[in-house]
Amino acid sequence: MIDTALWIALALFSAAVALNFYRAVIGPSLPDRILAVDTMYMNSIALIVLFGIWLGSKDYFEAALLIAMLGFVSTIAVCKYLLRGDIIE
Amino acid sequence: MLDSILEGVIALTLIAGGAFAFIGSLGLTHLKDFYMRLHGPSKTTTLGVGCTLIGSLIYFSLREGPVIQELLITVFAFITAPVSSHMLAKSALHHKLKPDPRTRGNPIELQSERPKHTLEEEPQGDSPLP
Repeated sequence: MIDTALWIALALFSAAVALNFYRAVIGPSLPDRILAVDTMYMNSIALIVLFGIWLGSKDYFEAALLIAMLGFVSTIAVCKYLLRGDIIE
Repeated sequence: MLDSILEGVIALTLIAGGAFAFIGSLGLTHLKDFYMRLHGPSKTTTLGVGCTLIGSLIYFSLREGPVIQELLITVFAFITAPVSSHMLAKSALHHKLKPDPRTRGNPIELQSERPKHTLEEEPQGDSPLP
């Protein structure tokens, strides 16, 4: 039962990443692209966690945590740059 | 018996998480302007990733004893998603992105496009001041 659910969830998250990539390519404005990349890293966290379940290993947790923290910091940094023209004033 | 119930719960959380994330990304792709598009990822994708991480937590707790590390990413995602959405909305307002006519609200940052009345042009009442 978990195997089937795992494959369905992997397919749904992969489709979500493909849609985010589409928005990041066509996005008409800069905040649109930032939002798309932000969503893409959130979905990639879930993909890595699902991959860890599939292999039955807990080692992928650290990679997911690193992606979460670096993604948040980079989103805030780029938004700050768009707002003020500088990151640390 | 308990194991099969927990397996059902894990399968349910995994599929629910995937469905939530897919619906959020669909909203990101299909909605009209940026202020609508911000809704999908900031709410739905956070819930989807949280559901998936809770499913992973139950799975590894079932296999190798209690683990709580996945809860760390869940709490982190639930804290940081509103912050990044707020920053994105602020930068979109700063860039004066054009809203769709169906988008509600009239924020002060987007109102500077209106024609400005100087004091001389404004109507001063029925009779001019002496």
